[in-house]
Amino acid sequence: MDEINLRVCGQAGQGLQVLGTALGRAYKNAGRHVFMIQDNMSRIRGGNNFFQLRVSQAPVSAPRQKADIVAALDLDSIDSHRKALNEKGRLILDAKAGGDAPVQEKEINIPFYEISKNACGDKRFVNSVLLGILARMTGLLFESVESSLVKAFSSKGESVIQKNLQAARAGYDHTPGVGFSMSESNPPVSQPRLLMNGNEAMVMGAMAAGCRFYTAYPMSPSTSIMTLLARYAKPYGMIVEQAEDEISAVNMALGASFAGARSLTSTSGGGFCLMTEGVSLSGMTETPLVIINAQRPGPATGFPTRTEQSDLDLVIHGGHGEFAKMVLAPGTIEEAFLLTGYAFQMAEKYQIPVIILTDQYLAESQIDTEPLDINRIKAAHAQPPAEADLVHPYKRYALTESGVSPRGIPSLINEVVYADSDEHTEEGHITESADTRVRMVEKRYHKKTASLLKETMKPKSFQSHEADTLLVGFGSTQGVIKEVCERLQKLKIGCLHLPQVWPFPSQAFIELTTNIKHLVVVENNATGQLRRLIRRETGLEADASVLKFDGRPFSVDELHARVEEVIGSWK
Amino acid sequence: MEISDFQSNDENAWCQGCGNFGILNALQKTLVQYGKKPQEIFLVSGIGQAAKLPHYIKANCFNGLHGRALPAAVAAKITNPRLTVIVTTGDGDCYGEGGNHFIHNIRRNVDITVIVHNNQIYGLTKGQASPTTDRGYQTSVQTGGVILEPFHALPVALVLGAGFVARGFSGDTAHLSELILKGIQHKGFSLIEVLQPCVTFNKLNTFSWYKKRSDYLHHDKEYDTGNKNLALTKALEWGDKIPLGVIYEEKKPCYADLALLPEDGLMGRSARDMSVLWDDFL
Ligand SMILES: Cc1ncc(C[n+]2csc(CCOP(=O)(O)OP(=O)(O)O)c2C)c(N)n1
Ligand SMILES: [Mg+2]
Repeated sequence: MDEINLRVCGQAGQGLQVLGTALGRAYKNAGRHVFMIQDNMSRIRGGNNFFQLRVSQAPVSAPRQKADIVAALDLDSIDSHRKALNEKGRLILDAKAGGDAPVQEKEINIPFYEISKNACGDKRFVNSVLLGILARMTGLLFESVESSLVKAFSSKGESVIQKNLQAARAGYDHTPGVGFSMSESNPPVSQPRLLMNGNEAMVMGAMAAGCRFYTAYPMSPSTSIMTLLARYAKPYGMIVEQAEDEISAVNMALGASFAGARSLTSTSGGGFCLMTEGVSLSGMTETPLVIINAQRPGPATGFPTRTEQSDLDLVIHGGHGEFAKMVLAPGTIEEAFLLTGYAFQMAEKYQIPVIILTDQYLAESQIDTEPLDINRIKAAHAQPPAEADLVHPYKRYALTESGVSPRGIPSLINEVVYADSDEHTEEGHITESADTRVRMVEKRYHKKTASLLKETMKPKSFQSHEADTLLVGFGSTQGVIKEVCERLQKLKIGCLHLPQVWPFPSQAFIELTTNIKHLVVVENNATGQLRRLIRRETGLEADASVLKFDGRPFSVDELHARVEEVIGSWK
Repeated sequence: MEISDFQSNDENAWCQGCGNFGILNALQKTLVQYGKKPQEIFLVSGIGQAAKLPHYIKANCFNGLHGRALPAAVAAKITNPRLTVIVTTGDGDCYGEGGNHFIHNIRRNVDITVIVHNNQIYGLTKGQASPTTDRGYQTSVQTGGVILEPFHALPVALVLGAGFVARGFSGDTAHLSELILKGIQHKGFSLIEVLQPCVTFNKLNTFSWYKKRSDYLHHDKEYDTGNKNLALTKALEWGDKIPLGVIYEEKKPCYADLALLPEDGLMGRSARDMSVLWDDFL
């Protein structure tokens, strides 16, 4: 087989995430490519969660619809998972876990709870038993399991490591090899590789950029950015401050930025709503600001732990008044890393708010990736402006050709700095002047936007030379769209992915689509926000939308079928 | 330093006779005495008549959003601890719109000084009730008189663990200036609430109304600013007598101490060797 899809389900609190990461790492270390989604309910215990891991010889960046193996730690929601099996799929369960559930065809009954008890005297090591079983079934050598488990429990001490190893070994030995083994990757995968999710990549991007102040209020699916930064903060001289609310978070981020630190805050849609006044304040005071919005389905509390791309309109328009801003939408782990660094750079260069738009799917999906290079991100710290750029007395909002004024940082220049959220003079004092108003609006919006447009990131095109039809998307859907494109190459399909959605790269978009007959916009939302944006900014009307708004990401198979359906309807 | 070093040339927009002038004069006097240069002083404010004050002093200024002075101020202080950070805010700005920040920044205890211009009214928006408006006072909105219980910030601050709680009167700039200096010198969150007549919209709490009730704590030789229970009793007094002066002071570790903040805060280059971190993802 050239790929295997594994799903493990269980209750919240059963340790699925640790198991998933350990399993993913074992395959990665064995030279396979992996892609893993997390499907969790918004609860701490009980319910039914799962992760689905795609292991492949070739790089993968999207989930499949069906699984070859479903392993159930708990039998409560087993019926829904049965449906996820493909024709040859097998369900692995411990019939005793659900009061001796009768074993059906395609099911393999393994008493993993008992194996755990026998091996370690405790049922709680069942996850590692299962890890051993799955490794054996898919032809993984035990060494890969071993190194991965040692890593997973390295902070827990030798005895915990040993128990988990015993449990895994018992599971491994108990399992007769079952025919799912995969052939070697060809060409072999370069090592070492990282196993990372989007949030982790953004944390590393922020640190590489020299971010020193981070503040946020917890909100899924952004919270792991805060916890990871908190873990790393101390030795890097970084402050991680939990704010009393998102309004405070954004205003703290601005206060720190004004005083000279690269600062960051992150949240999800509900928190971003509260932050919009701060986005506007950043625009008015021309204070650099970077916000990560990891989207989840709304409105209101919505689906706290699921995915959607429905805040595009919100982040582009959020913040009252008119001012330049930038919205970036990474589509891969590497982009999540690099664009975070780029966000700091652009926020500072133009003294504007920059929003990085991700979603639960990118934030929490773990993908194997080549090592990321921090030298591709420019770090910076507070410095006085070049004397040559200054006029005296210093004017924070001095009118310039580019719209950007030399940014004085208090105590780093030998004069005082006034910044104001009211309409203000060049000096930064409150004004009611109509003339000044017009010049300041031109400075904050027109001039800066014009400069920003000159260095807009162009949409990434793929397989578009021969294409009649382009699938268009932004953010997290890059991987799934690309793979569907590959599958449908014969139908002359290519794709465009937008890593920057604002300012909208209109000119590049028009150029890239001139010879194209059809545009199909693929979005994880209900109303086709990107499609509307394209129409508004380019006048181009797409031929169709493929939308999904059930809180789950597209699988390759689902998007494939739906794109074929759309194309079929034109014939 | 001289008063002229802190003189701004921005045109003043307050009403004639406004209590804010007393606060402005007191603060300028304090800054002269304090001796740091304007470049080392950072005034942060929100929105309201009170919040315009930073424009009228020559010092760094971040005049941010209504209610949000505190978050911006504490983060700036964490970032650059060498700045002396002073917030000038109104009763609406600080206790109404910014109430949540007021609560939690007392707990956060960053070394800033907060001067609340308490005119017991929303001045800039023309006379609606503020959280501190006395019961029964009629406004264009509270047409039958205010029915809400007034918010007493000083006891709240004490209960939240504030290490410096004081009250001054804009009509006594010498006394107020002393309080502000003590507030700046106190390490941690210092709250100075100032009785400030609003000559246009508050016809009840006038200059003479406040003056008559002024009860200077330093007149009582027995008063112990380190006694929290006594301070609570005093802080709760609001009637024929209104206590003025340092109500409570306690030395305690502030945010920078507890967070082990480097002396230059977050101003320098960050360590960039991240090689050990990648190991987590291998
Ligand atoms: C988000 C927001 N809401 C409302 C306002 C309008 N507003 C400006 S100042 C103010 C109240 C000011 O009262 P206070 O803080 O007591 O200041 P004063 O003018 O009395 O000094 C209000 C409601 C605003 N600027 N921003
Ligand atoms: Mg007021």
